Amino acid sequence: MDNPFSLKGKKILVTGASSGIGRQIAISVSGMGAETFITGRNEQRLSNVFNLLEVPGTQYAADLNIEKEQDSLIELMPNLDGVVLSAGIVKTLPFKFINRKDWDSIFETNFFSPAILINKLLKTKKLNKNGSVVFISSIAGNFVGTVGNAMYSASKGAINAMQKVLAIELSAQRIRVNNISPGMIKTELIYDPIFTEEQLKDDEKKYPLGFGEPIDVANAVIYLLSDASKWVTGSTLIIDGGFTIQ
Amino acid sequence: MNIEKFVREFADQFDDLDTSAFAAETLFKENDEWSSMTALSVIAMVDDVYTVRLTGDDIRNSKVIQDIYDIVLKKSNS
Repeated sequence: MDNPFSLKGKKILVTGASSGIGRQIAISVSGMGAETFITGRNEQRLSNVFNLLEVPGTQYAADLNIEKEQDSLIELMPNLDGVVLSAGIVKTLPFKFINRKDWDSIFETNFFSPAILINKLLKTKKLNKNGSVVFISSIAGNFVGTVGNAMYSASKGAINAMQKVLAIELSAQRIRVNNISPGMIKTELIYDPIFTEEQLKDDEKKYPLGFGEPIDVANAVIYLLSDASKWVTGSTLIIDGGFTIQ
Repeated sequence: MNIEKFVREFADQFDDLDTSAFAAETLFKENDEWSSMTALSVIAMVDDVYTVRLTGDDIRNSKVIQDIYDIVLKKSNS
């Protein structure tokens, strides 16, 4: 039987690919045969990831919050069969301490940047029919409220809402739009010194299957990018070790 | 930097507790209100007012308000 999760022959762009979840997504997606195009801010780390790709496309170190760099990236891209929006940042602040600059900074990276990237790909007609758009969201988007997490939650909630409209708009072209909502994944992002090791350990105890790993998200991305999910759009795939069912 | 001012700013992060008696030697965790939320508020206040980044460990290793003050002083001078 042909592998239903194969990504052979597809061209996929992954943002946030220099570290964490994005890094593993790029490696896994390429491992399934996709010609993989990666972008991230850290040139050195991005390069390291590029060297691990089985089917490398191109690499482009860029800050996608800067419009000119986004435009340059788009120009470099071939027509794509899939895009994974994995660039994201976190900042923990109790609500009454959040100022406008903080809101703008989180929303810039987590919401506006990916939204505008898709907007430009559509304008330049670089998203192929039958393509797949995958947003890496979070259970913090619509499912969980954590102290200090307002900005991050709001930005992910915005992604979740936006994707529904995008899914409807792009359905005529058979382009599917979905998100993966992970729980806590063991990457640098979660090791914020604002929390102690004990606090993190206590949090992990609340997960029936413990904290997750980047590969857990990457494997879900493979499914959403592949033809196996051709009838799946506008959905949220929760990958959280059982956290939100409690 | 001024310890009295710091104690007031620290006490400000409590919403319920009567903090009128708060001083440098106050064991700030020994009360019903202290929680991870209060800890995050203290960290945010210090970043805001003193442009110093406290860590969860800084809070964990401190017992009295003076302890936190000393850490902030040290970090703001380095």
